[in-house]
Amino acid sequence: MPVQILKEKSRAAVQTVTLGATPEQGGTRSHTVTIGGDAALPFHHFEGEIPHRPVVAMEVQDIEPEWPEPLKKCFAGVMKEPGRWAEKCVREYGADLIYVKLDGADPEGANRTVEQCVATVKEVLQAVGVPLIVVGCGDNEKDKELLEAVAEAAAGENLLLGNAEQNNYQSLTAACMVHKHNIIARSPLDINICKQLNILISEMNLPLNRIVIDPSIGSLGYGIEYAYSIMERTRLGALQGDKMLSMPVLCTVGYEAWRAKEAYAPVTNFPGWGDVEERGILWEAVTAAAMLQAGAHVLLMRHPKAVALVKENIDRLMVNNAY
Amino acid sequence: MGLTGLEIYKQLPKKNCGECGTPTCLAFAMNLAAGKATLDACPYVTPAAREALESASAPPIAKVILGTGDRAVEMGDETELFRHDKRFYHEPVVAVEVADALPEEEILNKVRSINDLVFERVGQRYQVEAVAVRHLASEPEAFAKAVSLVADNSPLNLVLVAEDPAVMKAALPAVANRKPLIYAANAANYEAMTGLAKEHECPLAVKGGSLQELADVVDKITALGYKQLVLDPGARDISRAIADFTQIRRQAIKKRYRTFGYPLMAFTTAQDPLMEVLEAVDYIAKYASLVVLRTAAKAHFLPLLSWRQNLYTDPQVPIRVEEKICEVGEVNENSPVYITTNFSLTYYSVEGEVEASRIPSFIIPVDTNGLSVLTAYADGKFEAEKIAAVMKKLGIETRVRHRRVVIPGTVAVLKGKLEELTGWTVLVGPREASGIPSFARSQFA
Repeated sequence: MPVQILKEKSRAAVQTVTLGATPEQGGTRSHTVTIGGDAALPFHHFEGEIPHRPVVAMEVQDIEPEWPEPLKKCFAGVMKEPGRWAEKCVREYGADLIYVKLDGADPEGANRTVEQCVATVKEVLQAVGVPLIVVGCGDNEKDKELLEAVAEAAAGENLLLGNAEQNNYQSLTAACMVHKHNIIARSPLDINICKQLNILISEMNLPLNRIVIDPSIGSLGYGIEYAYSIMERTRLGALQGDKMLSMPVLCTVGYEAWRAKEAYAPVTNFPGWGDVEERGILWEAVTAAAMLQAGAHVLLMRHPKAVALVKENIDRLMVNNAY
Repeated sequence: MGLTGLEIYKQLPKKNCGECGTPTCLAFAMNLAAGKATLDACPYVTPAAREALESASAPPIAKVILGTGDRAVEMGDETELFRHDKRFYHEPVVAVEVADALPEEEILNKVRSINDLVFERVGQRYQVEAVAVRHLASEPEAFAKAVSLVADNSPLNLVLVAEDPAVMKAALPAVANRKPLIYAANAANYEAMTGLAKEHECPLAVKGGSLQELADVVDKITALGYKQLVLDPGARDISRAIADFTQIRRQAIKKRYRTFGYPLMAFTTAQDPLMEVLEAVDYIAKYASLVVLRTAAKAHFLPLLSWRQNLYTDPQVPIRVEEKICEVGEVNENSPVYITTNFSLTYYSVEGEVEASRIPSFIIPVDTNGLSVLTAYADGKFEAEKIAAVMKKLGIETRVRHRRVVIPGTVAVLKGKLEELTGWTVLVGPREASGIPSFARSQFA
């Protein structure tokens, strides 16, 4: 009996979002990066077009972070200089984007001034040609001021700025409207809040193709399955025509994975778990690979070897599998 | 996925004879639909109706068992394409391959490493369940020798990888009582391989070079009367494999295409063992019931087996931890005491952050039926009375000299009542676990 290939036609596709702007477009980036546009489930090339590959953004911070040693040694000598750090990520490690996390702004921590943080963003813009993602420190008051200043100082660069949350989205949305940037809409692992936040932001007239969803994933071993199912449902919703679930999805892979003790606990503490170096790399890479299968478009990552593995995984998943 | 009562009723004799023990055929049909009766109770059902009903009520993907006794593992018997629709049931078997071309000492070393791929994490036990022996040696008799060597030195299940029926026939009898998976029947050898599988009652893998070729071989084997099958569509590129696996699963579940109603298997092929792990992650996500890798390093399997466990948890049943006094670090009678709930994600988030605070502490996960803090509070399962009773029951006052306890910031409202009931000072902790290190430094350092 001949095998009939079962194809499911989608009513709609994921939005495409373009990040960055070249000099002709009013920015200074060497090129732009476009994500989304999927007209099928992840890597189902056989039943719908997947026009753009998922991308990896490598994380750079404005102050030297307290990362585990196996991770820090990959950036030895550049972690106090965000520009050089970013350049290393792009030149040596092949980052598609740079993710600037301004943790130093935290009033409970280093409490760097808004001007200092803006200077960091400019330093990174100078150092690399790839588009940037810029996210604040998590303190609502400080981030409001900080992100407005970043949005203004980098007007024309078409950044991806975050995070907008359900109770704190208006000022950032307004800043993205005025200075023409894209926004990260972050919801706490809840598809209803995710959708609601997208509605709220779009009601302020920010076009849908300038919003990226951050569903707040958990890492491997710490709730990744919740994110996996929410992302699968989000993609199915987008394909069925739900506009308010149709944005590309970003995952905070590096932050979550490197918080898990499985990623950094020395083998002396857990003799049964094996070599910490490869265990840590895989904790991050497996988290990323699982999220790709659920429909991730942007992976925020840290370890260069994990990045290399995941980029190769993406290459192989983007091979056309049409029948 | 089963038929409704009315659909079943149409196939019944409609005599209302009552001989099945139910007064009417309609009531009997309803019981059948609910799984409370079997068709055998009806003496008058026609063979045609029986076949139609049985094939409609059979699971869309057959259950196939690898191994025997305590070590036996079930593959297949899945009903969903997406875990959020219900759940995935049978965790895929993870196997590690050893080649018969290796010197005996190397085979033994690798088998020892494979036997040792057992892990404890978050109160659970994960392990690799099988060794695959692959025939690569130039001399055919090497295979039987290697298979016996592996079987003698490993309690794990076996996958026998040799496509020459003569080679398989030489190795199989010695280990047939372990019910190994025979890999594989293909278009050229299926008659001989099916004969071996039937004779020794072992599960049989079927390999095709494409979906069509696979379907043709499966149909020929089932025509010979054998149905303990595992399918390998032969794709070794991840993208093609995912497409093929998705097709097989979809056709089995949505179209009830019986030819594809069997568990699936995959082999990793990457040279870099870390890349092998990512291939296996993809295959596990996309429906493989058995994945064979070559790496045997512990650091590679803790992440992979964690992923398998995560994906196969029941989305409707939260994982819980035991309600007891948990110690983080070298605790003493001055160590702080934290209260949280027994939802495993909540507990392990708190535990991770308490550990990150570098201040040895006690954590008491109160049994809330696996609900998180706010959900449990809203549901009346995380109240001052309950917390006070658990503190008393577990005897925390005999473990510490101080009388201070930390509760989650989201249930600050419980402070007054809990102080009244216990006489302890209640400190209101941060709203999120991530705030614990800075909270602990300011309170306890």
